[in-house]
Amino acid sequence: MTGPQLSPSTIAASAGSTRPFGSLYAGNARSVMARGWRATRSTNSLVVLSGFVEPIFYLLSMGLGLGALIGQVQTADGAQVSYAAFIAPALLAVAAMNGAIYDSTWNVFFKMQFAKLYEGMLSTSLGPLDVALGEISLALLRGLLYATGFLLVMQALGLNLSWWALVALPAVLLIAFGFASVGMAVTSYMKTFQQMDWINFVMLPMFLFSATFYPLSVYPQGIQYVIQALPLWHGVELVRALTTGQIDPGLLWHVLYYVVMIVIGLVFTTRRLKALFLN
Amino acid sequence: MPAPVIATQNLVKSYPVKNSKDFVAVDGISFEVAPGESFGLLGPNGAGKSTTMRMIGAVSTRTSGDLDVLGLDPNRYGPEIRGQLGVVPQENNLDMELKVRENLLVYGRYFGLPRARVARRADELLEFAQLADKAGAKVDDLSGGMKRRLTIARALINDPRILLLDEPTTGLDPQARHILWDRLFRLKEQGTTLLLTTHYMDEAEQLCDRLVVVDKGRIMAEGSPADLIRRYSSREVLEVRFGSTQNAEVAGRIQGYGERVDVLPDRILVYSDSGEHELERMTAAGLHPITSLVRRSSLEDVFLRLTGRNLIE
Repeated sequence: MTGPQLSPSTIAASAGSTRPFGSLYAGNARSVMARGWRATRSTNSLVVLSGFVEPIFYLLSMGLGLGALIGQVQTADGAQVSYAAFIAPALLAVAAMNGAIYDSTWNVFFKMQFAKLYEGMLSTSLGPLDVALGEISLALLRGLLYATGFLLVMQALGLNLSWWALVALPAVLLIAFGFASVGMAVTSYMKTFQQMDWINFVMLPMFLFSATFYPLSVYPQGIQYVIQALPLWHGVELVRALTTGQIDPGLLWHVLYYVVMIVIGLVFTTRRLKALFLN
Repeated sequence: MPAPVIATQNLVKSYPVKNSKDFVAVDGISFEVAPGESFGLLGPNGAGKSTTMRMIGAVSTRTSGDLDVLGLDPNRYGPEIRGQLGVVPQENNLDMELKVRENLLVYGRYFGLPRARVARRADELLEFAQLADKAGAKVDDLSGGMKRRLTIARALINDPRILLLDEPTTGLDPQARHILWDRLFRLKEQGTTLLLTTHYMDEAEQLCDRLVVVDKGRIMAEGSPADLIRRYSSREVLEVRFGSTQNAEVAGRIQGYGERVDVLPDRILVYSDSGEHELERMTAAGLHPITSLVRRSSLEDVFLRLTGRNLIE
């Protein structure tokens, strides 16, 4: 029943000091991801499917249906595109956001408060950063699946106006990473279901007003600044520029916005998990 | 004596409380556990047992004092120490979204162990935990005893050098407890070091080579169960009941009986080498209890002696 007997000195030699993040990270986030994959396969497959078809329904009803009444729309760069081609990239960004948020908020909340899943994980050799990265990576993988499917639908409907649309895939991953990272950080501070509802309260208006269904220019200047401060607008603009082929160096600001989100989210998540489960 | 696998010296854990003095959960605990030993922390709820376990399990940082687990300091080598431990927490935290066998497979991977080794070990452990026929079942469908055995099996997936058990049988029915004790006893025979907390006397007497009695974050006594009973109690105990209104009055008349007399609200305990002898003395003096019982002394008596309180209140 006894395992390989490592002497304290051999353990110590391979330990702490040689790992980049000390006891926060054991370099085994993939085992957390593998766990999530197994659990999704057996219990949550229906949720995954609904996340996939939801944006497609939006695209069909609003893009094709409503779009027939609207005709052409002007993008931020002044190009004229069909209404469907205008909202499709926005819906792609929203799909990435929703998938990432679902996985990193409600899912994480449940695992933390009720299933005590993380307590179990953190009594093994895993560190909090392994858990955070593993969970977020799984959310990203899901985001990637949704995005690929949606891009194929866009292609079939002739809504990808440029080969740059291929770059929308990594862009969508970046968006999902940003939302998952911040979502998990926020969730780790939540204690009750009521607090969790605040997340929906923020998400819905952001979805409706972030230049998703009409150009930002319809707003007065003051409101434009507010929208531009929110993360989804950056995602919508980035993906829209790629699928419509309006490329310019200014897009890198959107990328930077998400990189900052990712870093802040990871720092807070790791700190919070450490405080909650390793203190 | 071989080097201890766990050594604590003046271990303290306190939590800040708003607008008040810190709450001290563990208040200067020192003990050592030898390899292969089965060591118990015995005490009532809130004595600081679980907090001590969490510090040893490298999931809680000590406030002060020294702690050495497998020759390493948990503050610096948390993951390395946790990789060599098996943990059975007070509340089961099995993965409800996974099947029984999957729980073992996935948990083994958290330690970074190779897939094939984990799969082989999982099958051995399902046999050991008498759950082989439940391998494909949902965790939710298991009984309380089975969940507990699965949690223990899971804790053994990494071949730990020390198994930490926090109240392993609390809430189980008598039959499930005995099955569990039997499994734990086998582990002990195979040389696994066990560290367990309990507030059951019989459990401590069954499983522990040595134990400390803990109350309010401090160690009250240390020794083997037999040793503690010898030191803090007598060979036998006579329990008599005169009815709750009479007990105190009778107690005055039997002072000096045996080695010691304890008056509890519902009964009187007389500690003696021979309970029968004390009972005869009592009847000869014209005292006729409603019920009387002569029994072997137990750890419960030790605890009562040390703290003046029953262990389970």
